[in-house]
Amino acid sequence: MTVAAYVLGRRRSATTTGVSFHSLPGYYGSYVAIWCALPALALYCLWQLVEPGFIRTQVLATLPAATLELSEAELGLVYNDIRNLVEGNIVSGEPNDEILAAASRYTSLQRISNLGITLVVLLVGLTSLGWAFRRVEPGLRARNKVERTMEVVLMAASTVAIFTTIGIFLSVLFEALRFFQQVSPLEFLFGLSWSPQTAIREDQVGSSGAFGAVPLFAGTLLISGIAMLVAVPVGLMSAIYLSEYANSQVRSFAKPMLEVLAGIPTVVYGYFAALTVGPLLRQFGEGLGLGVSSESALGAGLVMGIMIIPFVSSLSDDVINAVPQELRDGSYGLGATQSETIRQVILPAALPGIVGGILLAASRAIGETMIVVMAAGLAANLTANPLEAVTTVTVQIVTLLVGDQEFDSAKTLAAFALGLLLFVTTLLLNIIALRVVRRYREQYE
Amino acid sequence: MSSRPRGVKERVAEGIARRYRRERNFRLAGLGAVLVGMTFLGFFFYTLIGNGYTAFLQTHIRLDVELSADVIDPDGERDVQALGRADYQGVIRNALRARFPDVTSRNDLRELFALVSPGAGFELRSDVLSDPELVGEALSLWVVADDDVDMLIKGHIDRAADESQRRISDSQLGWIEQLEADGSVSRRFNHRFFTSGDSRDPEMAGIWSAVVGSFFMLLVTLALSFPIGVATAIYLEEFAPKNRWTDLIEVNINNLAAVPSIVFGLLGLALFINIFGLPRSAPVVGGLVLTLMTLPVVIIAARAALMSVPPSIREAALGVGASKMQTIFHHVMPLAMPGMLTGTIIGMARALGESAPLLMIGMVAFIVDVPESPLDPATALPVQVYLWADSPERAFVERTSAAILVLLAFLLVMNATAILLRKRYERRW
Repeated sequence: MTVAAYVLGRRRSATTTGVSFHSLPGYYGSYVAIWCALPALALYCLWQLVEPGFIRTQVLATLPAATLELSEAELGLVYNDIRNLVEGNIVSGEPNDEILAAASRYTSLQRISNLGITLVVLLVGLTSLGWAFRRVEPGLRARNKVERTMEVVLMAASTVAIFTTIGIFLSVLFEALRFFQQVSPLEFLFGLSWSPQTAIREDQVGSSGAFGAVPLFAGTLLISGIAMLVAVPVGLMSAIYLSEYANSQVRSFAKPMLEVLAGIPTVVYGYFAALTVGPLLRQFGEGLGLGVSSESALGAGLVMGIMIIPFVSSLSDDVINAVPQELRDGSYGLGATQSETIRQVILPAALPGIVGGILLAASRAIGETMIVVMAAGLAANLTANPLEAVTTVTVQIVTLLVGDQEFDSAKTLAAFALGLLLFVTTLLLNIIALRVVRRYREQYE
Repeated sequence: MSSRPRGVKERVAEGIARRYRRERNFRLAGLGAVLVGMTFLGFFFYTLIGNGYTAFLQTHIRLDVELSADVIDPDGERDVQALGRADYQGVIRNALRARFPDVTSRNDLRELFALVSPGAGFELRSDVLSDPELVGEALSLWVVADDDVDMLIKGHIDRAADESQRRISDSQLGWIEQLEADGSVSRRFNHRFFTSGDSRDPEMAGIWSAVVGSFFMLLVTLALSFPIGVATAIYLEEFAPKNRWTDLIEVNINNLAAVPSIVFGLLGLALFINIFGLPRSAPVVGGLVLTLMTLPVVIIAARAALMSVPPSIREAALGVGASKMQTIFHHVMPLAMPGMLTGTIIGMARALGESAPLLMIGMVAFIVDVPESPLDPATALPVQVYLWADSPERAFVERTSAAILVLLAFLLVMNATAILLRKRYERRW
């Protein structure tokens, strides 16, 4: 219909000869098409939002009074049963007559609603089409109006990023707040033991779940610390070598190679850490007489370090290249060797940028999931020994949320509390890092 | 007066050897760092390919299968339903029994039947269903061997080991050696790996359903992130006034690019599944989450592409009377398009390799069927890798590596396309 509207509007302006229109014919077509589509679309979306609530009240009205006196939660269950019945899913228990009646009411209401909305949408589309079509005349400034609409659309698109951030924050925050109603934030932040379970029966063994997240922080810090110990020297030195020493042939070969490391999916690193590096370390440890856990923090940290080498190296490469050539020339002029220049002139000058890059890499290491899920342990373990298995925040989020969930138990909600913490931590790191990098860039521009 | 300069000169000369040594060491350290990265890359591909290439071949056993009509189609009507119900695994068992007539005891028979995959019957069934003429004939058929047999043939099980140490018993080993002796065991191309879905039996498991799931997901991601990303970039680059609000948007975009992917998964779970009620495990939800993740990449690339179009183009268009919108859409955008596409492809490649957020929204289910629409439950290629990596069977190790190789091949193709596109249409102004 929208296409037809476009053709109509275009034809009306194009076939009228003798008068000169304000805009090109295409704009009149778009004008009519926009008028045809937008109101109808808006109406449809509105109805989609209102429909479930409307049908719900109508259907519940048919239920007997006794059912309606149930609590809100139980009523919700009954309503779910009705919906499951309609959609042919498995229903809890044998449906009684009232439920069946309500279900048939639900079906008929849904059909009426679908039919009705189709008709109304068509009608609205046609009406606004007709109205816009009548308005197509030489004086109409169609181009300006169409362009104004497009600008609004462009602006709307740019707000998606903001809504995403708000969405992440709110969705994680709400569930986390529900978690903190059950477990005090102090216990969560400073408790030393983590065993996320909630009792089904009061007298169950191990019914007292413990939600102290300190072991998780320690594990995360341990693994990302090891990763940074690998990534920072290697990444920084390769950036220095590639930007200061290597000739263009070596550069053009080695740089893409290092970037391949950044393009490998994290799940692949995880597989590699779990099936190759873990057993290797274990064998090596046995050779030295050390007991290395096959899910040691060392294995996960090493592989994660390899993964973030390219982040460190490409960011450092950028900042090292941004250091003005005059500084180098000045240093050489005083008789310094190349390595002395690098260590005493270039690195101090580039330091803020490098620190920013390292912070960004650290935030990536903290938030990295697949490597640790596959290669680090599951049990919370408060230790600083890199040869033992530790667990991390991200591992716990995954283990708590994969599989069946109930959204009222502290166990599931704990994952969101952890997620909130992770989000806030990485956000802070990123903001600081971006600010540092930006200030540094301005310094030399 | 004359002694001091000499002193300095000597001190410098004394230090020179040390300084040159340090210079050399520093340089070597840099080279070493580069080599560390490259060595890892080499080691990584070496183990992957070494582990994975065997998965593209699969051990088959030749059996003389008799599709006797009174077993498969007792009514003789060639009715599709009747043909579908017949016991094809039994047919294959009979063939095995005929091949080794001296095996009679119950336990031995069970071990004998275990040589052939439980999926072999299904394949025979689909063969017969597609060609009912086969009924009544005796065929010489290559049937799929069990994964343990496969591992033995590929040398992952040590034949010399003690019986209790391997998953193949002595008598099974004897039969296999008999079969090998008359050339009835061969390794053939493993087409199932590319055409079937997941399975609990490694020899029947394939990546096709995961590939289709990934495809649907990327489709959703592409359909949303490209228009939204380009629109955002155009607005920010061409229209937006410089004020607090646009600053906020920019900071947001940069931050989103660095938010851990698992947090996007939490958003998907809380928002799309719990509040909007979209189905769990569906590629649509995965696509939506990945859209939010790739948007910053697309936006940043598209802005860079727009920025690289010289202002003279804009001024020329405006000068001949084009409106601002016309300038951008008719002149600037076509010139910036290769850059935008390159950025989008790179974003898509990242989305393809992402798995952490998909774990959150339930795309880790065991999916055998190939999804037919973005609303069906599905899994994605990297998630399939994750699932297989967790499986205990030895045969899944090579399949995991092979799946990774396929995933890397896809990524390679995408990135190569992006690079080609950039090379082909790169313009210097």
